[in-house]
Amino acid sequence: MEKTLRKYFALFALPALICFALAFFIPMVWGFILSFCEFTTITDASFVGLQNYIRAFTVDNYFTQAFWFTLGFTIVTVITINILAFALALVLTKNVPGTNAFRTIFFMPNLIGGIVLGWIWQVVLNGVLASFEQTLLSDAKYGFWGLVILMNWQNIGYMMVIYIAAIQNIPADMLEAASIDGADGKTTLFRITIPSVMPSITICMFLTLTNGFKLYDQNLALTNGAPNHQTEMLALNIFNTFYSRVGFEGVGQAKAVMFTILVAAIALIQLVATRSREVEN
Amino acid sequence: MRKALTIMLIALVAVSSVFANGGAESSGKTEVYFLNFKPEIADVYTNVVEPAFEAAYPQYDLKVVTAASNQYQTTLRSELSKSAPPVIFQVNGPVGIQENINTVAPLQDTDFYNLLADKGMALSTDGNVVAVPYAVEGYGIIYNDAIMRKYFALPDKAVDISSAEEISNFETLKAVVEDMSKHLDELGIQGVFASTSFMPGSEWRWTTHLVNPALVAEFGDLATAQAAATFSFTASENFKNLFDLYLDNSVTPRTMVGSRADADSMAEFALGQVAMVQNGNWAAAQILGTTGNVVADDDIKFLPLYMGIEGEESQGICVGTENYLAFNKNASPEALEGADTFLTWLFSSDEGKPIVTNDLMFITPFSTFSADEVPNDPLARQVNIWMNKDGVSSVPWIFNGIPSEQWKADFAQAMLEYINGRYTWDQVTQVAIDAWAREAEIYGR
Repeated sequence: MEKTLRKYFALFALPALICFALAFFIPMVWGFILSFCEFTTITDASFVGLQNYIRAFTVDNYFTQAFWFTLGFTIVTVITINILAFALALVLTKNVPGTNAFRTIFFMPNLIGGIVLGWIWQVVLNGVLASFEQTLLSDAKYGFWGLVILMNWQNIGYMMVIYIAAIQNIPADMLEAASIDGADGKTTLFRITIPSVMPSITICMFLTLTNGFKLYDQNLALTNGAPNHQTEMLALNIFNTFYSRVGFEGVGQAKAVMFTILVAAIALIQLVATRSREVEN
Repeated sequence: MRKALTIMLIALVAVSSVFANGGAESSGKTEVYFLNFKPEIADVYTNVVEPAFEAAYPQYDLKVVTAASNQYQTTLRSELSKSAPPVIFQVNGPVGIQENINTVAPLQDTDFYNLLADKGMALSTDGNVVAVPYAVEGYGIIYNDAIMRKYFALPDKAVDISSAEEISNFETLKAVVEDMSKHLDELGIQGVFASTSFMPGSEWRWTTHLVNPALVAEFGDLATAQAAATFSFTASENFKNLFDLYLDNSVTPRTMVGSRADADSMAEFALGQVAMVQNGNWAAAQILGTTGNVVADDDIKFLPLYMGIEGEESQGICVGTENYLAFNKNASPEALEGADTFLTWLFSSDEGKPIVTNDLMFITPFSTFSADEVPNDPLARQVNIWMNKDGVSSVPWIFNGIPSEQWKADFAQAMLEYINGRYTWDQVTQVAIDAWAREAEIYGR
């Protein structure tokens, strides 16, 4: 069996590899090359060197502004989503009546697409702000917190499911031993539960972090960067750069390359940092 | 051996399914793909034009796709890089042609171009005709004359004129509007002007149309605007005059405009909640199509955009076009032939022409349409009246000379900051000036 597998490994992997190459690897390499070119459609590119990378920062400062906004947004959402999701997971593993119904309800927002969610929350938040004679576009802080609320609402349920699975996997004898040793709730939480679910925390941190950086649809639907580009996140800025001026496709592409490298780097650092805290069971 | 063969087959099927992308046209019909610019008449294309054309020419498969409001350039660019790109697309003027310089096909030999009454209206580049206008449009302040008559009948009105037609400058307009704001209850309206829509994607009425008279005051004509390296916004105060009048006498308070779309503004007008709204004749379909529309056809009229510019008494509404059709030279010869057949059919045949005037509601520049074959909608009739009014000359459309979409975006955002109270008007003016210089430099003006 083993021998047969080894013999046909290449053949079995081939379809997947071809798909990967066509849908991911080739476009990525192509995109990287295009970031050094001026082009309107991807077939008429001409090489211009580093000019696109320079223009990304010199023509206007929206890209750096978008970076700081995105960073702030990501920090806030990573913290709030993980804490709230973990708290919900703790509650819903305590044999509360109706647990399954609650789990389903909390998970459901995750099934709605980003643009739709953005529109729904735009109506909701504008409705709330209307009683103060304000709108989402009146001040950048409304847009910021609006996005935070939306993101929490959408992601908590998903992260909660991951945490629930992890909490349920904690061996009962470990918890029993802790309670026999006289550990109170707080000690159990910090000494047993959290260390045991560390692998899930790694995953959830990774997901929320990259989701925060990559956020696009919700941003587009909720504020579209208004007022004055102050709620424009990196992905939206890249899109706007690509389309708002003729001849700036390459600049958008250069920004996208920088964005990819940035997100990959941050995600890797985070993985290394949280991995080191995981305990081997 | 059998096993190995099976595995090979499975792998082959898996691989080939990756390459099989949909499959090409098999019906033998030539597809004519038209990317429509105007969302307000999207339904007419799918429900009326497509079936009628395909009935007349069964060998063609007409496909009309409409880009979302304010997303035309974006949609066009991504559609053009697809394997089945649009054959007919719209450009908004010389700037649009420059954007698509590698795509536009020569049109001088098409039947469609030859329908044009004044061949000088078509746009050319490098000796080739590449874009043909298909609809002339006009815009200004649309008002509901029933409400205006009610106002002028008030015993305690503060002005001495007696009908909206006598308004001929900003001073009178302002006096009338502000006095109307004091009599909202008697007039049965909630505000004089409809919402100054600033929801993302709904800023175009201010960044292009409202700024046009200011551009005309500074540059005079399209060629000058198009070549201008700098813009000093000399009519900034005039722009502010009218913009503030809109904001201060609106159904929607200043702080709330960010939640209003242009469709909301049109609905407010149609429902009789307001007396005036800035828009053009293309909005007729929106007004007439609103459920519960209370405005009588004969009461829908235009006022020019009076903003205190010298000599505005003799200026009419803004009449022009940014609706040019171009063909994609990379399309197949059959598809290009089909595109020509389609447009010639639409603008010259006995089946096509009534659709154009009655359903699409275009005022066309083609010789096949006689003077009485203008759309029957009230605003198109008004455009005609204003175009032929004695002692009044129409303001040309020169906002196509704006250097880039980014200028409009920056200007819109600056106006929003002004509305939100964080920018002074001087800062808005400065943004408009700086952004113009920056964008013009990028394009090597």
